[in-house]
Amino acid sequence: MSKATEISSHDAGATAAHEDHHEHHIPKGVMRWILTTNHKDIGTLYLWFSFIMFLTGGAMAMVIRAELFQPGLQIVEPDFFNQMTTVHGLIMVFGAVMPAFVGLANWLIPMMIGAPDMALPRMNNWSFWILPFAFAILLASLFTEGGGPNFGWTFYAPLSTTYSNDSTALFVFSVHIMGISSIMGAINVIVTIFNMRAPGMNWMKMPLFVWTWLITAFLLIAVMPVLAGAVTMVLTDKFFGTSFFDAAGGGDPVMFQHIFWFFGHPEVYIMILPAFGIISHIVPTFARKPLFGYASMVYATASIALLSFIVWAHHMFTTGMPVYMEMFFMFATMLISVPTGVKVFNWVATMWRGSMTFEVPMLFALAFIVLFTIGGLSGLMLAITPVDFQYHDTYFVVAHFHYVLVSGAIFSIMAAVYYWLPKWTGRMFNIGLAKTHFWCSLISVNVLFFPMHFVGLAGMPRRIPDYSLQFADYNQWISIGGFAFGLSQLIFLAVVIQACRKQGEPVSDRVWEGANGLEWEIPSPAPYHTFETPPVVK
Amino acid sequence: MAKPASNRAMVTRLVVIVVGMFGFGFALVPLYDVFCNITGINGKTNASAAVYTAKEIDRSRQVTVEFLTRTHTGMPWEFRANTKRIKVHPGEMATVNFYVRNPMRKDFVAQAIPSVSPGEAALFLNKTECFCFNQQPLAGGGEATMPMSFYVDPQIPEDMTYFTVQYTLFDVTARADSLDDTDNPFLNRTGRSD
Repeated sequence: MSKATEISSHDAGATAAHEDHHEHHIPKGVMRWILTTNHKDIGTLYLWFSFIMFLTGGAMAMVIRAELFQPGLQIVEPDFFNQMTTVHGLIMVFGAVMPAFVGLANWLIPMMIGAPDMALPRMNNWSFWILPFAFAILLASLFTEGGGPNFGWTFYAPLSTTYSNDSTALFVFSVHIMGISSIMGAINVIVTIFNMRAPGMNWMKMPLFVWTWLITAFLLIAVMPVLAGAVTMVLTDKFFGTSFFDAAGGGDPVMFQHIFWFFGHPEVYIMILPAFGIISHIVPTFARKPLFGYASMVYATASIALLSFIVWAHHMFTTGMPVYMEMFFMFATMLISVPTGVKVFNWVATMWRGSMTFEVPMLFALAFIVLFTIGGLSGLMLAITPVDFQYHDTYFVVAHFHYVLVSGAIFSIMAAVYYWLPKWTGRMFNIGLAKTHFWCSLISVNVLFFPMHFVGLAGMPRRIPDYSLQFADYNQWISIGGFAFGLSQLIFLAVVIQACRKQGEPVSDRVWEGANGLEWEIPSPAPYHTFETPPVVK
Repeated sequence: MAKPASNRAMVTRLVVIVVGMFGFGFALVPLYDVFCNITGINGKTNASAAVYTAKEIDRSRQVTVEFLTRTHTGMPWEFRANTKRIKVHPGEMATVNFYVRNPMRKDFVAQAIPSVSPGEAALFLNKTECFCFNQQPLAGGGEATMPMSFYVDPQIPEDMTYFTVQYTLFDVTARADSLDDTDNPFLNRTGRSD
């Protein structure tokens, strides 16, 4: 990796001088953002959009946790509660996590591979700007008569067909638009990485964030169309009299789950592979050692992506599959822990005897490694078919996927923001405030999600607005953790706003002592145009 | 560094993958049926009459077959199995009867959809005659006894000693007329193209 980042001083100087010249041509006002084809602008738009969606979906989580603070029904009706769980899931998956990674890809991939921009800048503009419309449609459906989607983000038939209300059409169209946006983003990433790498940057010199995103992009173009197909079938079953999922017409509701999870399982790796890339940048920087096992990281990522296509039915153990199929999906699922374990061991080996320091991005990266591993282990428990019959659809599952998505994916996004924010803004963020954000988040996220394991094992079902009295104490803890975690994110907002307003100490080009990579060779803040003359990677 | 021509070729290829995967999502529907037919994973039974071909009856063991009935939401018929449970030797023919009554004044057409649990047992259940092969019209207030004849394939594994056949009765009155061109429209999925 360190080899990949050597750049001749002549090229760097020439590039920098060139960029200063362009600095004066940045368009001003709102139209800059609407018409922009600049990868940095679009990255910024994606990241802000994702943050707004994170707070919106988070507000819905607060409604859920407020209702669950006590047993019985206090605040919302069960139907509205179901809409909250559904839209919270959809917004967090498609509105917060995925756009955040696309935003980071836009900002970082061209700078990491020495390209002047994304390969398809106009399509890049489109892929961002259709996204706000998708979520406007989804959120607007909450205000229609009969309310928004209430069948869970997994929209199982017949809940989404026979038993749903007319706003299902809005849900379907918004998912279509999100899918188109993701596919366009993925195509852009693939073409950029294939065609626009700087001379000398061969495949095995590519930074890991680029590698993980390339594999993620292939997963996206493979499975987002299947999701589009699934929602289209729901649409025609509901409104046009087809019977894909209706047994009365010869269809099969269980088939919905097969099609959905054929998309759904690769989707969970779409939300975690770029995180692996981010952590593989941050850990070597603050351990001051090159990443241990670069090649094995690449192969592990590819293995996880391939395996993700043959494990989907582990979400469906209780649907009545033959035992030999349950065995197949159980072992295939457990096999995924091998490449994932390779990654965790590589990160630990990178830190081994390194000169570690604990800057804010490193704190988040370390929290990621520990908490993601906890989520991975509960995933391994869920993979065991016989015990899954106990865990299925309980809070244990909720605990599992929030550990991998919140303290996994979202922590990695926060780590990435803290790591590259000084490069983007040219200023060091408020470190004291950022550390406060870290510790508040770390403690509250565990108060929030850890007790969910216990209530889940004790049998508390998910997606129910009421519960038995014996779960009351744990649920109060969970809710308190939830409110604390939600409020902690306002600290993050404050840190980012301060940095964007250029408050803080100016930073050097390299920013972090141990940072390596082309993006650290250009000035801070990163000029509007970079690498118009490609650097030569030795 | 930008290479527009090769970008275009690459985008074209990627779009082909996207379109192909969209098609694959729909192709999963017939593939699922084929897969289920081969493996019996979803407990669907043969949709048309089987011919009794068992050469010999395996007297050394017995299989218990249990019958459950239910009516789909909104279907007002009374529907029950006269024989709740039967023990048969593999290869032996058996006939069981089901009772239906239409308590309404209105005429109805019903379609029964079978489901076997555990699913693999569906591969060894051969029905030579079944009311589920056809739609069942019943006038208001009418009642009927519907027979089902079957044998269990002698190839059934030793450890499969018990399975359940459940019939769900659907109200297909609204669709019955337009779909009488095939012998078993609802199991053949022709309803889809409407």
